[in-house]
Amino acid sequence: MALLQISEPGLSTAPHEHRLAVGIDLGTTNSLVATVRNGISVVLNDENGRALLPSVVRYLADGSTRVGEAAQAVQSEDPVNTIISVKRFMGRGLSDIGVVNGLPYRFVDAPGMVQLRTVAGVKSPVEVSAEILKVLRTRAEEALGGSLVGAVITVPAYFDDAQRQATKDAARLAGLNVLRLLNEPTAAAIAYGLDNAAEGVYAVYDLGGGTFDISILKLSKGVFEVLAANGNSALGGDDFDHRIYCWLLEKNNLSALGASDTRLLLTRARAAKEELTEHAETRVTANLCSGEAIDTALTQQDFHDMSQNLVERTLQPMRRALRDAKLAVTDIKGVVMVGGATRMPQVQRAVAEFFGQTPLTNLDPDKVVALGAAIQANVLAGNRGGDDWLLLDVIPLSLGIETMGGLTEKIIPRNSTIPTARAQDFTTFKDGQTAMSIHVVQGERELVADCRSLAKFDLRGIPPMVAGSARIRITFQVDADGLLNVTARELGSGVEAAITVKPSYGLSDGEITRMLQDSSQHAQGDMQLRALREHQVEARQLLEAVQNALAQDGAALLDQAEQAHIRASMDELRTVLQTDDHHAIKRAITQLNDATVAFAQARMDKSVSRALGGRKLTDLEV
Amino acid sequence: MQAVAPGFQQDFFQLFCLPTSYRLDNALLDQYYRALQEQVHPDKFSHLSEAERRISMQWSTRVNEAYQTLSNPTKRARYLLSLHGVDIQEESNTAMPADFLMKQMEWREAIEEARQARDVAELDKLESRLQHELRGLEAQLADRIDDRQDYAAAAGDVRKLKFLEKLAEEIASALDALDS
Repeated sequence: MALLQISEPGLSTAPHEHRLAVGIDLGTTNSLVATVRNGISVVLNDENGRALLPSVVRYLADGSTRVGEAAQAVQSEDPVNTIISVKRFMGRGLSDIGVVNGLPYRFVDAPGMVQLRTVAGVKSPVEVSAEILKVLRTRAEEALGGSLVGAVITVPAYFDDAQRQATKDAARLAGLNVLRLLNEPTAAAIAYGLDNAAEGVYAVYDLGGGTFDISILKLSKGVFEVLAANGNSALGGDDFDHRIYCWLLEKNNLSALGASDTRLLLTRARAAKEELTEHAETRVTANLCSGEAIDTALTQQDFHDMSQNLVERTLQPMRRALRDAKLAVTDIKGVVMVGGATRMPQVQRAVAEFFGQTPLTNLDPDKVVALGAAIQANVLAGNRGGDDWLLLDVIPLSLGIETMGGLTEKIIPRNSTIPTARAQDFTTFKDGQTAMSIHVVQGERELVADCRSLAKFDLRGIPPMVAGSARIRITFQVDADGLLNVTARELGSGVEAAITVKPSYGLSDGEITRMLQDSSQHAQGDMQLRALREHQVEARQLLEAVQNALAQDGAALLDQAEQAHIRASMDELRTVLQTDDHHAIKRAITQLNDATVAFAQARMDKSVSRALGGRKLTDLEV
Repeated sequence: MQAVAPGFQQDFFQLFCLPTSYRLDNALLDQYYRALQEQVHPDKFSHLSEAERRISMQWSTRVNEAYQTLSNPTKRARYLLSLHGVDIQEESNTAMPADFLMKQMEWREAIEEARQARDVAELDKLESRLQHELRGLEAQLADRIDDRQDYAAAAGDVRKLKFLEKLAEEIASALDALDS
């Protein structure tokens, strides 16, 4: 194992067990799970040999759920309780969702994120997504014969903080350890980059069921760098279905259809769209509840005409991404196509015309993201030397706070490489002011009202001072998943007060716990067992990591007493690991973690100086 | 223990083992940046202990900050002058030479005119002219900082750079607006 990648060549440590890790493409229309087997990334099929799990969840009156094909088959019969394209609602308020009229759901406008009223109760999009993830987790665990160390879950590069947080919450709810949230286009590039050993600047054009993403990636010497990302989180293949649906209504003089007829026609519209990829003409037939029969001919040309402006709406984000990357169309060496909607001939033509080259389509556009995610999951699980490549990702939207007059002050600009942090000092504007309200927003617009509100919190306990003399330091930290943590500290007069953001969109730990308890599949005993299993896995990983670290650097970096202290914590963890007390195991894990902080720091220093080949400033020619 | 690593006390040039100067070997900076991230990036630690993951995030964040500062000519100048203890007075000192201000007004008018006329080609032309000016100012900065150690004059150049960057933003946002 290449722990910290500082082991000498040939000085390998004991071989370890292959850790089971998967990549999951949690898509708007379909979801997939893939893993690396014998060095090759493969999609895991269900018992019927199907790779794609339709992202459809049906709730039944007894509280049970049907996911995938079983739910999709009845969606026109039970549209209200059969949730499709739930990804569009992740981290979104009711006002954020574009076309609500065509949708058969009973929306509940909850603060932060919209909810859906079903026969089994009100469900958050996070819970619905978790049902899909649970099915994929079970599929993977059965196929691989063991419990998973973790998963890489992909999100559109354009997802904001609230949408990413919601995705991570859904994974937690499904009992998955998230190794990394990975941008979908980056995952696609991993799949393509490794298979084709590509070098140069690439564009990834990803038109999925409900989202459009364009990313400009630089691939060089094993480094994947996202130069720019743009897109539209409310544009995708579903919109093309909807165009055909509206056209059908018009052609047949239909209006005010019921929920099941709406769903039926949307299903037929999708089938027609897929048919037109291969054929010049198709017929749409359907029997409505009223007894009326529809039989309408649709040509490729009709379809192209009615969807032309949808295709055009993908061009603007492409121009912006190029401008952000400071590149011209001619700098793009290749264009990778991702997402089932890129099979449409008019889309392929428009992309080819824009970039002046034929896009790459040799990997299955439905599977490419999951395949790439699995490769990354395999690396993150520590199954192979991570020195093969390095993934440098960026945040897609600027982060800032509200200042006087409802204006946004950007703190971290979009396309900053993550992880990143920025601290900015602010001050009070009134004498004796003891509290300050902080509003965190995400977006590019100048007015706060045009940006997405991520969190609001108050910093209290500022000692009363003359206006302008308090120093309030606000720190934004964005981690490698693109998730934000904001803290505020009052530094004036030596008094400090710290506060962590209470998310207005993400779920709090308490809410997650409640949802876990609500879930019928997680009875109390079940949860205890899960916690025990998770902590056991974590403890064994930690012991192995520390063992390896000590073997490599213990003698060089620690004195006898320090080594003894760490070994004592390890022994204690090994002892409690024999018991079933998951609380005690967790405590011992924390204790061992604390005991190794200074050691980890020293090891990092050592590897950093190695990275620059032990060069000293004086060795360089000035 | 919450010890601060020795590396955290180094300045950004020391972190990258680069000489403390405005002129910079960009290829070398890129190479060292990647070499460092390969050691410290959170992706290398996701299966390791919490302590190692936290330290990795702090380090990776710092390496990113250092790279972003050194790779950007304006930020690099600002940072170098602060290392030399020079206050650039970006907020307080707005007294610019009259001819410079005159030119600013001409730029603004040209951008506004092109924006009103929805003339993308003209905006692109202005953009490349502006880039040319920026390069000239950067060359002057290298001369003043590295060769003459004339930090007061360099501070004036940084204030000018800020004006030019504002113009570049205006052109970009005009182009963005024409797209939609």
